[in-house]
Amino acid sequence: MHRSSEVKHVASYLNTRGCECFGQPCESHCPVLTDRTIHVQLKTFIKIRVKPDRTGVVTDGVKHSMNPFCEIAVEEAIKLKEKKLVKEVVAVSCGPQQVQETIRTALAMGADRGIHVEVSGKDYETLGPLQVSKIFAALAKKEQADLIILGKQAIDDDCNQTGQMIAALLDWPQGTFASEMTLEADKMKVVREVDGGLETIKIKLPAVVTADLRLNTPRYATLPNIMKAKKKKIANVKPADLGVDVCSRLEVLKVDEPPQRQAGVKVETVDDLVGKLKEAGRV
Amino acid sequence: MTPLKKNTDHRFSNVLRAGFQAGRRFQSTGPQASARAAALREAHGGFSFELTDQQKEFQEVARKFAREEIVPAAPSYDRSGEYPFPLIKRAWELGLINGHIPEDCGGMGLGIFDACLITEELAFGCTGVQTAIEANSLGQMPVIIAGNDAQKKKYLGRMAEEPLMCAYCVTEPGAGSDVAGIKTRAVKKGDEYVVNGQKMWITNGGKANWYFLLACTDPDPKCPASKAFTGFVVEADTPGVQPGRKELNMGQRCSDTRGITFEDVRIPKENVLIGEGAGFKIAMGAFDKTRPPVAAGATGLAQRALEEATKYALERKTFGKFIAEHQAVSFLLAEMAMKVELARMAYQRAAWEVDQGRRNTYYASIAKAFAGDIANQCATDAVQIFGGNGFNSEYPVEKLMRDAKIYQIYEGTAQIQRLIISREHLGKFKQ
Repeated sequence: MHRSSEVKHVASYLNTRGCECFGQPCESHCPVLTDRTIHVQLKTFIKIRVKPDRTGVVTDGVKHSMNPFCEIAVEEAIKLKEKKLVKEVVAVSCGPQQVQETIRTALAMGADRGIHVEVSGKDYETLGPLQVSKIFAALAKKEQADLIILGKQAIDDDCNQTGQMIAALLDWPQGTFASEMTLEADKMKVVREVDGGLETIKIKLPAVVTADLRLNTPRYATLPNIMKAKKKKIANVKPADLGVDVCSRLEVLKVDEPPQRQAGVKVETVDDLVGKLKEAGRV
Repeated sequence: MTPLKKNTDHRFSNVLRAGFQAGRRFQSTGPQASARAAALREAHGGFSFELTDQQKEFQEVARKFAREEIVPAAPSYDRSGEYPFPLIKRAWELGLINGHIPEDCGGMGLGIFDACLITEELAFGCTGVQTAIEANSLGQMPVIIAGNDAQKKKYLGRMAEEPLMCAYCVTEPGAGSDVAGIKTRAVKKGDEYVVNGQKMWITNGGKANWYFLLACTDPDPKCPASKAFTGFVVEADTPGVQPGRKELNMGQRCSDTRGITFEDVRIPKENVLIGEGAGFKIAMGAFDKTRPPVAAGATGLAQRALEEATKYALERKTFGKFIAEHQAVSFLLAEMAMKVELARMAYQRAAWEVDQGRRNTYYASIAKAFAGDIANQCATDAVQIFGGNGFNSEYPVEKLMRDAKIYQIYEGTAQIQRLIISREHLGKFKQ
């Protein structure tokens, strides 16, 4: 079973291909859903299947959309622009042609322009945090960015590495798992959600911040904004143009489904329980 | 609010993408729309079910809003009958309402097709809420198609600036289907018309900021219907306009439906649409544009019935199996699916036809008649699949059954639609 902090996350992403409940409808696993359960149930849930050659999961025909944490990141960037604390919000995504739709969503939410870093085919399948962070580091230098905001992790691979790696490559300070961020002069005050509670830090700009769940609630794109977004530009860039090699240093050996949950055994008394545990060699 | 993501359809082909550059919207302006449409037809073999990227995004926003905000709130609005103004205001903020208002009046100038896509999604959430919203489109349509610039700017402009409602006042206690039989009388006195009469079943009657009113300006029995009526825009706060009590209906209970009495109501002559005697044509012309969205609404309800029933059938077990595995139930679901898909295609065709600049009466009536009928069938079947639970108010399907009935009645009864279809069909045949 999941720890309670994880359950909430799983509950939010019923629409995703990264759902942790392999093959099971989410709601039957997660008893700690809020009263949003009712309409959440109406969503179709994706049954994650491992490819027959065990090199990965099946992604054909699975709906792809913006990572929820990234939505929160975009929302925060737009909030900063609305407060007139930043001049321009640029939405960036790496991947094949389809990611343009995701960039358009960011534009419809209020980003000023987009950059599509084209990575497709085999390169895309092996694209991981290290390559993405190299691309972002190169772009940050090219665009002279002052702040990079990302989602804390992607919900399909749960790597939680890209933000940190970008900061390391650029030698910039980082504020990860942000549940609050406030710009104070040239420093960013970040309240981080850590296992022990909340940690407040102040980091100098330029910096990297990764967004956690409670940072904000992303806005809907309104219809007029969707129409306006059509006029906003999405630039096309290739990793080679940025001097980045997207070749992966990792090789996936195999991917397996988690073992099927075995049936439990009910016992009548505590003595029986101890006896059974001893039998199983657990005690 | 849990951060939920936009679902984008994975499927696309390069050919279609080349043909559908983002931003193509079907407009009602005839020649431009037809030329564009012809080019698109050439691009992909003459027929297409593909939505543009913008249409998909619009649909996505409407879907997200309906499922996250309308669905949870609908049962309590249904029980209390309270007007869902917070939901309407939210929909207005998102730009989901008033899509038809021309751009020069502050709207988005969307075609009927785009409006239908949005309507279907909202209706999935709650048809009561959707009807309240749709009544705005119905009330605005006469002004959009027949208003002069001043009238459009004044009455449509204000709808784009604030979340206001409007209403379409034609039906009377004694005349529904027989529009030519309305008795509300407008008499010209100097620069004004004085109106007396009774209207009934006016959606948004108690909430509207202004009404489109159809009244008789020539009671001479020899005068043909096409010349005897005049369309007016009436401000709701005009002295003499008396909305009645909110009617308690079987379904769509949060929608505000009232009788309205007009007692010596004075309307300035500037508020006449086109001119005296042009009213009947305007009122009927509006229907060609509002029937497809109503059909879309019925389809949304049917889709909801199908999804709820399917979900239940995959959870409930009987005789050792999920009930979906019993053919009796799976056949019911199959038939519901057939009806929903066909209703959708029907309203899309009707909406597309009118956006091309063509007269779509035949298709609009077919869509509305079919969708209304299947909405009722699907809702009933959904209750059946839920069994005893379906009859109970703790489950969502009994509301669907109550809400569905009106789709066979308003916006032209099922019988009137058949009259229109047969007339159009025979007319074509005789040519």
